[in-house]
Amino acid sequence: MSGLGRHMLGLEGLTAQDITLILDTASSLKEINTRSIKKVPTLRGKTVVHFFVEASTRTRTSFEIAAKRLSADTVSLSASTSSLTKGETLIDTAKNLEAMAPDLIVMRHSMSGAPHLLAKHVGPSIINAGDGTHEHPTQGLLDMLTIREHKGRLDGLEVAIIGDVAHSRVARSDIIGLNTMGSRVRVFGPRTLLPPFAESLGARVCRSMHEAVEGADVIIMLRVQRERLDDVLFPSQREYAQRFGLGSRHLALAKPEVIVMHPGPVNRGVELSPEVADGPYAVILDQVANGVAVRMALLYLLIGAEVR
Amino acid sequence: MMEPGPSPLLLKGGRLLCPASGLDQVGDLLVKDGLISDVGPDLSEPAARVLDCAGLVVAPGLIDLHVHLREPGQEYKETVASGSAAAAAGGFTGVCPMPNTSPVNDSRAVTEMILQKAREAGLCRVYPVGAITLGLKGQGLSEMAELKEAGCVAVSDDGRPVTDSRLLRRAMEYAAGFDLPVICHSEDLSLSAGGVMHEGPTATRLGLKGIPAEAEVICVERDLNLARLSGARVHIAHVSCAGSLEAVRRAKEAGLGVTCETAPHYLLLTDQDVGDYDTNFKMNPPLRSAADRQALRRGLAEGVIDAVATDHAPHSILEKEVEFDSAAFGVVGLETALGVVLQLVEEGVLNLHQAIARLCSGPAQALGLPGGRLQEGSPADVVVIDPAKAWTVDPKDFRSLSRNTPFAGRALPGRAVLTLLGGRVTHSLLGD
Repeated sequence: MSGLGRHMLGLEGLTAQDITLILDTASSLKEINTRSIKKVPTLRGKTVVHFFVEASTRTRTSFEIAAKRLSADTVSLSASTSSLTKGETLIDTAKNLEAMAPDLIVMRHSMSGAPHLLAKHVGPSIINAGDGTHEHPTQGLLDMLTIREHKGRLDGLEVAIIGDVAHSRVARSDIIGLNTMGSRVRVFGPRTLLPPFAESLGARVCRSMHEAVEGADVIIMLRVQRERLDDVLFPSQREYAQRFGLGSRHLALAKPEVIVMHPGPVNRGVELSPEVADGPYAVILDQVANGVAVRMALLYLLIGAEVR
Repeated sequence: MMEPGPSPLLLKGGRLLCPASGLDQVGDLLVKDGLISDVGPDLSEPAARVLDCAGLVVAPGLIDLHVHLREPGQEYKETVASGSAAAAAGGFTGVCPMPNTSPVNDSRAVTEMILQKAREAGLCRVYPVGAITLGLKGQGLSEMAELKEAGCVAVSDDGRPVTDSRLLRRAMEYAAGFDLPVICHSEDLSLSAGGVMHEGPTATRLGLKGIPAEAEVICVERDLNLARLSGARVHIAHVSCAGSLEAVRRAKEAGLGVTCETAPHYLLLTDQDVGDYDTNFKMNPPLRSAADRQALRRGLAEGVIDAVATDHAPHSILEKEVEFDSAAFGVVGLETALGVVLQLVEEGVLNLHQAIARLCSGPAQALGLPGGRLQEGSPADVVVIDPAKAWTVDPKDFRSLSRNTPFAGRALPGRAVLTLLGGRVTHSLLGD
């Protein structure tokens, strides 16, 4: 076990050293993903449960691939296949899982703090794969790995996060992680989609798209969900795209080598214009590839390192 | 109601403290036939059992204007009997259970049933609060006159605020016709919808949906204005923030006969204490900012806040050992309230006189309840407090059926060591 502790519940509380260790480990493991036989025996005999109480396709697939490439046995449980639909409490479900002696539980949940509850009540290591509107630490790490690969560093950068920051666990993890590594984060979006006391997260709140992208090394666009429309948080997708979407004209204001990121899935024509999404600055697929590496690194550091 | 005490009891040499009468001196208190028969220096009564109260405070039994006893309907959380036992252990001799039981206390039958259970337990005087609207549904009025006749001391919509201002106006007017106080749980439900803790930096950090203080302030202002319009005696429940306090202060200064309460947790804790999603810190209204806490402390000392009421809200682990969003609102408070208030005395926020006043005479006056004073000839509802008996809160020791306290493990400076109800001992830590 590394100095990280037993769980990965969030980036809050990690040191720059911790984050660097994870990213360095991920970088070294990336090579496995380029081999023709993409499998190493590191986690042979370990069992990883993917417990996804909230639906997810890409994060879950990424975790599954990461675990399998390290030779862990994996089991998947979703809300619909678990007993949660039969009225069992989260803790009871988790205790039942625990009784089957898994080494690690990867958990996604629609409510903030659910993995923390699990960590208090069951023994295996827990990785938070996204909890409510709180944190999504593996996304934050894969974003930082992607930025580091393109910028060569994680300190002294200007990073803009634009869109639905209020409901974004990605934004929280990104802000915390990037601040820890010594970069500065600014946020922008409709006032209704910025969290109250956004500054307290460690981000500067911008008043315009211009201010948000000006001089940025990195622009992270967040997905805007249609259900926010029903909650009267903005008037229409049309106005959103006009005022808060990223187009080519904005990129001219950013640093020349700016990269554009997005946690996916992208609403083309809403938060990203198609020419930006497909343009040379977009590194969205690099993020996806790095997701597997970062998750392999965490699995290794949390339950694999003592094997050596 | 209660049987007379078995034998005369002489409380010797305590600090007799009765804010209502201004009494504050070392002396004796004699209890005979369930009544306070004499108060003064150097009393003697050959037949009496004598309790040495040197170094202790002898005060009127405490009164809690705001509890949930869960019976009928949720007896696994609390019953009238277990809640009465918890009250006695906390130094209380009177409690006002809110009507959000199942069925709701909107009828003579439910009120009488609660009073019957209270008589059987015989550990605490229970003053039920009836519902403002039938079934707390916010539509038709309950039969308030009959509720009063059956024993209700006030009406309230606690937990399910009346959103329709016209209906609340009518309810207040009607209640005023029967001298029934109206207790308002003031909350703008559309503004607080979905929220699980105070809207502030901690909620943002934890990714939890906030309840802005304004959701309370807006509705407190509305309810105070309706009080003025209707002429009703209005009492604002669980004031949690500076804005509500200022609204009540202005109303009082303008001569409106309004009263209010706050709860111990708002006086000692803040939203930051929610910590790592601890559901024992989830209640409604939520723990607010440090500035709000400071304002409440000042308002309590100044008397803008008339009473400390616990909002004792028992829940089992079924409601609490779940995701923070799913967890029920509410914490227990009867067995820790006095200790928390004594903590404020120790910190210099209040003097002991003020502290006792907000726990007995203040609440009694707010709803016009009997008790709350050490008066010769009245029932001997008395609490003996050791203000220097430090203890650590251990929920396992609670007489309440529930354990959901935010004060677990906390050291408190003092507690009730003897509670008398009509001269009978309902709680004692005195090793005599």
